[in-house]
Amino acid sequence: MSNIARPKKVKSQSRNRRISLGVTYTILVILSIIWLIPLVWIVLSAFRCEYQADGTFIGKVTSNFFPKQYGFKNFADLFNATYYGVPNAFPKWVLNTFIIAVIDCVISTFLVLSVAYCMSKLKFKLRKAFMNISMIIGLFPGFMSMIAIYFLLKSIGLTGNADHPEYSMIGLVLAYSAGAGLGFQIAKGFFDVIPNALVESAKLDGCTNFKIFRRIILPLAKPIIIYQALMSFTGPWMDFIFAKVIIGASNARYWTVSVGLYQMLFGSQYSDPNFFTQFAAGCVIVAIPIVTLFMFLQKYYVEGVTAGAVKG
Amino acid sequence: MANKDPINKRRVGICVLLSFVTLGIYAFYWLYLLVKNVRSLKNDTRSCIGEMLCLILVPIYPIYWWYTRGNDVKRLLEERDCQASSTGSLFLVLLLLSSFIPLVIFIPMGIMQGDFNSLPTAVSKSHKANFFSPIGKFFRNIGKMFTGGSVGTKLSYFIFGAGNIYHKQYIKGGIFLLLQIAIILFMVLCPSINGTPYGYKALANLSLKNLSKGGEFDPATGGMTTGSDCKLMILFGFVTIAVIVIFVILWYKNIQSSYKADMDKKIGKKPTTFKEDLQSLLDQKFHITMLTPTCIAALVFTVLPTIFMIALAFTTYNDPDMNDAGTTLFHWNGVQNFARVFTGEGSLGFEIKNRFLPVLGWTFIWAIFATLTCYFGGIILALLINKKGLKGKKIFRTIFIMTIAVPQFISLLAVRNILGEFGPVNKMLMDFGWTNHAIGFLGLNPADSEILAKVMVIVVNMWVGIPYTMLMTTGILMNIPADLYEAGRVDGASTTKMFFKITLPYVIFITTPYLISSFVGNINSFNTIYLLTGGGPTHTGYQAGGTDLLVTWLYKVTIDQGAYNTGAVIGIFTFLITATITLITYRRSKAYNEEDTFQ
Repeated sequence: MSNIARPKKVKSQSRNRRISLGVTYTILVILSIIWLIPLVWIVLSAFRCEYQADGTFIGKVTSNFFPKQYGFKNFADLFNATYYGVPNAFPKWVLNTFIIAVIDCVISTFLVLSVAYCMSKLKFKLRKAFMNISMIIGLFPGFMSMIAIYFLLKSIGLTGNADHPEYSMIGLVLAYSAGAGLGFQIAKGFFDVIPNALVESAKLDGCTNFKIFRRIILPLAKPIIIYQALMSFTGPWMDFIFAKVIIGASNARYWTVSVGLYQMLFGSQYSDPNFFTQFAAGCVIVAIPIVTLFMFLQKYYVEGVTAGAVKG
Repeated sequence: MANKDPINKRRVGICVLLSFVTLGIYAFYWLYLLVKNVRSLKNDTRSCIGEMLCLILVPIYPIYWWYTRGNDVKRLLEERDCQASSTGSLFLVLLLLSSFIPLVIFIPMGIMQGDFNSLPTAVSKSHKANFFSPIGKFFRNIGKMFTGGSVGTKLSYFIFGAGNIYHKQYIKGGIFLLLQIAIILFMVLCPSINGTPYGYKALANLSLKNLSKGGEFDPATGGMTTGSDCKLMILFGFVTIAVIVIFVILWYKNIQSSYKADMDKKIGKKPTTFKEDLQSLLDQKFHITMLTPTCIAALVFTVLPTIFMIALAFTTYNDPDMNDAGTTLFHWNGVQNFARVFTGEGSLGFEIKNRFLPVLGWTFIWAIFATLTCYFGGIILALLINKKGLKGKKIFRTIFIMTIAVPQFISLLAVRNILGEFGPVNKMLMDFGWTNHAIGFLGLNPADSEILAKVMVIVVNMWVGIPYTMLMTTGILMNIPADLYEAGRVDGASTTKMFFKITLPYVIFITTPYLISSFVGNINSFNTIYLLTGGGPTHTGYQAGGTDLLVTWLYKVTIDQGAYNTGAVIGIFTFLITATITLITYRRSKAYNEEDTFQ
């Protein structure tokens, strides 16, 4: 660690500094390797193409870290396979997830921004009450109400029925985006930093609150819009619990990709330890676009995270 | 000594009487006043709703409260040269007595109120708004608007929109009228889904002691429809209550709208046209436009489900211990589900009681360790990456962000398999000859070590959490004023000393709110446990495994076992814990109390 360097003599200072830098590099490289191992391993497993002596394919978790042979068989199998009676299930799951993610992204971002703007820049009765209530509701474990949301959606036919199994996707979008507005704290922290004088002067010029929001706040809020959009877009790709409960185990055609992948390992019906390399291939396909998005939007992500930290 | 909040004086007899008349509701308000009085005696102007909630919701807290506050009141009164009858020990005894005879609680309340009444403060009553003042205002306004309003306004008390139509605001009045008709029809006609009705029948169903006797009367058989479903009855009952609340709000708004038109007329202004009303929704009332979608969505998909699950905690829904077990037929059973956690009554109750305290303890240990390891690990990592003269900062940061970006179900399942029975780690250990059989790091088999699994989840959680804290602290580290270090260097402080005296205190000061929210987040941390260990080792049926947290247990109990009532009980306990922590710390924090100053 950096503390090793204790500049006591001026002469040895630069030498000490170099040593301490060297130590820091070493530690960081080791840490990076530790942090990357699981990800590298999943990628390696995805390209693993090993056969037993009798010619059967090994799709299980194997104990050698580096595969003996590489190939694209896992990807080919993944795209052609029939899971739970659904032919070519994987591309369908990806498409389902994409549709859900886009709609959820639009609705959630809109809700979050509108609430955050109100809480930050408008003065009205019950403002503080609204903030307190939303905080208290947020303290209930989400899993508790999950099953209730399922009953609710089921009573209005949005968990998919025999005639319209695709309705379950509408239900899932609602479940993801409906509560989004209550998670306004980070965006509010961002809006709080925008000077009030800007709003006041616009008001003096006769701007309505709507105009202020559209013409002044929204253009300034680009980082937080991108942050919120990123968060709500990636949500459906990462969640496997809510989707599983709401779409249901039998409705495999309309699963999201994470449910499908999860069921590949743990599902009761088709799960097979021999699916592991296919699972890994699916993971790589899901992870690549998300990681790329994160890398491109890194700046905004960091900004959002920092805003959340300071405001709590 | 200027008292901003004067002491509320009340006649004890009247307070007790009102408490009886209002079936105890007034007692809560009275208690609230007492809490407030103690606060103002201490010159503490912070809002006391948090304390009030703790007093009502947290089990042991009242004992502590009455004891310490009794002594406080005695001391503070004697400082003001008053005779005090309150003492902590007296209250303690009375409180214990009141747990057998609830009515005794009025005695300490009365004694305390009597002490407050004896105070000679002659400060005029302040008009500072409190939590209850909107309710009072609501009732005052109803009276005021009836006596002061025009014929139209008076008519609005019975027919929605009458006042608006009277003032020629036809569209607005029409909308109010239509809403009134729609809601009344909804209440009277009781539309039903799957044989379960809404409307007044839903209310009637909700009030049944034995829910399974509800449903709709079926003339063909002379009994109730067989399709009645108790969970829908509860759900629809609450929807109906929500509709009634909306009805009352609409009623009030319709009167208010008409009264406002009266007032406009009085001062010679024309009542607003419908177009003007719409325009004001984009300006003065813009918050209504902006908040309505969220309010509706959150009400339906967050508040309603939460209330519904809380209600289920008081039923026998799908409970193997109750004789009417089933997913469609069940009944209310009071607080038995809560009591069962402590008494262990019945076969399920026995299992729940056995595991509750261990799981609770582990949840706390987990939350403390997970929070602290990730927090300090993240700070150290950020310091390393931001070291002066280090090249490739961006590359290192990107590597760690990448681990955040990869969905947890991928990375954690990868870790699970790497550490698993057939994974590379065990192979390596065996090749080195350090072990001759696969080690169950994650407790996936019932025979595996529980301690090892617990340590491993905390360690693996560092992998998950450290990059996140690192990102956050990076931003904060860059904002530390450089002159602080300059001053430190001039004084000859070493790098180590500067880290402990400048960097660490600064970062901790800024991130305290985050520390609290991440502690609460870790109590509810589902993914890490569920994906890594699945709660193992040893988990069968309702029995929580060695690494199960309250939330993962809740998930197993509800989704896997279908014991929704028990799951809801666990959920409510989890809420009480997180709410207590958050309310106590958050309401004391600067970020909350000076929330407005940030703007």
